[in-house]
Amino acid sequence: MSQLFTETVLIAIVASGIRLAVPLLLASLGEMYGQRSGVLNLGVDGIMLLGAFGGYYAVLRSGNVWFGLVVGAAVGMALGLASAVISVTLQAEQGISGIGVFLFGLGMSDLLFQKMVGTPVPITSFSDVHIPLLADIPVLGGMLFQHSMVVYLAFAAVPVSFFVLNRTTFGMNIRAVGENPEAADSLGVSVTRVRYATVTIGGTMAGFAGAALAIDLGIFQQNLTNAAGFIAIALVYFGAWRPVGVMAGALLYGFVNALVLQLKTLGIIPRSWSDIAAMAPAVVTILALVVVAQRFRQPAALTKPFTRGS
Amino acid sequence: MTEGTRAARLRKRLGAGPRLAGYLVPVFAVVAALIIGAIILLRLDANPIEAFGEMLSGAFGSSDALISTALKATPLLFVGVGITIAFRANVINIGGEGQMVAGGLLATTTALVLPDLPAIVMLPAVLIAGIVGGAIWGAIPGALKAYYGVNEILSTIMLNVVAVQLMNFLLRGALIDPAEIERGTRIPQTERLMDSADLPMMFGSDRLHIGPLIAVLAAVAAYVLMWRTPLGFRIRAVGLSRDASRYAGIRVKRTIVLAMTLSGAMAGLAGAVLVFGSESHRMVTDGSTAGFTGSAGFNGIVAALFGGLHALWTIPASFLFGGLLVGGNAMQRAIQVPSALILALNGLVVVFVVSSDRLRRRLLSAGPDLAAERAPPDSDPAGDGAVAPEGDEP
Repeated sequence: MSQLFTETVLIAIVASGIRLAVPLLLASLGEMYGQRSGVLNLGVDGIMLLGAFGGYYAVLRSGNVWFGLVVGAAVGMALGLASAVISVTLQAEQGISGIGVFLFGLGMSDLLFQKMVGTPVPITSFSDVHIPLLADIPVLGGMLFQHSMVVYLAFAAVPVSFFVLNRTTFGMNIRAVGENPEAADSLGVSVTRVRYATVTIGGTMAGFAGAALAIDLGIFQQNLTNAAGFIAIALVYFGAWRPVGVMAGALLYGFVNALVLQLKTLGIIPRSWSDIAAMAPAVVTILALVVVAQRFRQPAALTKPFTRGS
Repeated sequence: MTEGTRAARLRKRLGAGPRLAGYLVPVFAVVAALIIGAIILLRLDANPIEAFGEMLSGAFGSSDALISTALKATPLLFVGVGITIAFRANVINIGGEGQMVAGGLLATTTALVLPDLPAIVMLPAVLIAGIVGGAIWGAIPGALKAYYGVNEILSTIMLNVVAVQLMNFLLRGALIDPAEIERGTRIPQTERLMDSADLPMMFGSDRLHIGPLIAVLAAVAAYVLMWRTPLGFRIRAVGLSRDASRYAGIRVKRTIVLAMTLSGAMAGLAGAVLVFGSESHRMVTDGSTAGFTGSAGFNGIVAALFGGLHALWTIPASFLFGGLLVGGNAMQRAIQVPSALILALNGLVVVFVVSSDRLRRRLLSAGPDLAAERAPPDSDPAGDGAVAPEGDEP
């Protein structure tokens, strides 16, 4: 046990926890926009998978990780737009249509991978950017300031999302549409347009998150995300629809997973027990759902399609 | 203008056809998915006609193919029947995967702990254990929804995650085949479970066990329960309007928990049948839920939707989708197009069916309206998907 409490190991756990939190954080922040406007997109995991494959394939062909991220985001944007058509225009039941998008993404990403790549070929991964001065701070530097650019981007998205939601007209429209679409509509805010925008943003961020995951791992495989997209949806509730809360949830997952990995590597706990440890964030999330359901109110129009004059 | 009069007017204008068209909407959804599948196949330089031909003969072309299809359809039917119960109560159970795992685990544990049960007791015991395991895994999100207002979509998702880790933990540890430890291979699987727990075979086949028969019986039982008993009436009433049900004296919270418990029980039975009907007669994990369930927890939703959330219609629907899955494997062998295509097409079927639900409902006017039932304006003032406060139930 004492090997766990050395400085290097602790720094490694925190640093890799932050890294592991990134795909969840990006996908979850994106999903938050949709939910704040009243749309529950359950297809995040499928979008992440296709974004992951798009990103992986782009990097495999071009060797450029940034190109991979752009492709992942573009794939996500297209699927986000499709999801908006399904839930906003066609008003499909949101609790089920997303499962369809998930199954489509799960099957399609596997199909494309098998046909276009076949055997898993490793790709270039992100390189770390040491932030000048900050990276040299003892302990903290190694934990916080020696990450890849994507990590900084993901965490920068937290204050940006807070600002967009709370300090801009667009954000106000999102919240109005999610709380009281009839009122927003009567004031001239297009419920349809706002929801299309938020669901497309969510899809774009999910695709980007998938690509970030694949490039960070340097590999693609069938069901790469392993339900990360579903966890991202739960984290929106976990964070009570607030960017900082969402970040806390993503970090919880990241840290616990990093800790479990480290415990396994150091051989402190037998392999089978690490499954029980890995269960912890899911159980904590369920407990958090109970607390959030008691203390916070979800966006009033969540999962409810809007028809003018109904 | 209300939805009803609009539907009536639409029907009048279009004559007698729309009702039939309404029933056919799910069929159009499958056809549309297959057309997209054909486009994908063309893009992959495969001949769609050849591909679909291979699928058809692989799924339905011989008695051997039909047996494979029946076996593949079995977990879909169990899960689908459970889905019809939960969805009719307006509870979205997407935890079929986890409930199957829970059922499989409890059934397997029962068989390992009580190896000396006489054969006549063994089989019922392990099947009941599967039912109980799934029921517990369904009752938890049911109770969380009814009593704490926790969104069941999220809790079932999270319980899927918990179940897969529980499975990995048990199969790598307490339940692992001792021979795997001796050999040092440590494949996460149980020993070959005792013969007395093998599902008996039907029609002199060496593959076709009684699983499909149990599934059909379960579907009939669910049909009787839902449409011929007071309990089924209460479940459907709660699904249509919680407020009205409450005024009518129905214990709404308890009914929701019960519907989820029954739904989970069906999935749990699927898990048990998967273990004791498997060719290796043991429970194995590859680390994911899909490795054990074959994604039946999700594909069962497809079958139930296709069957119009009706237990009896879910029987042919499951057979069809089981056939698609088996046919997909045959297609993969014959023309090297990965069977993952079928999973993608199943996803499209779900999307098309629920996207055309409004249209179908307008044509049928009396059919179940998923979207409207889900959030009836009167029953959910807090808008949080929770059951509105109703005081202590008597």
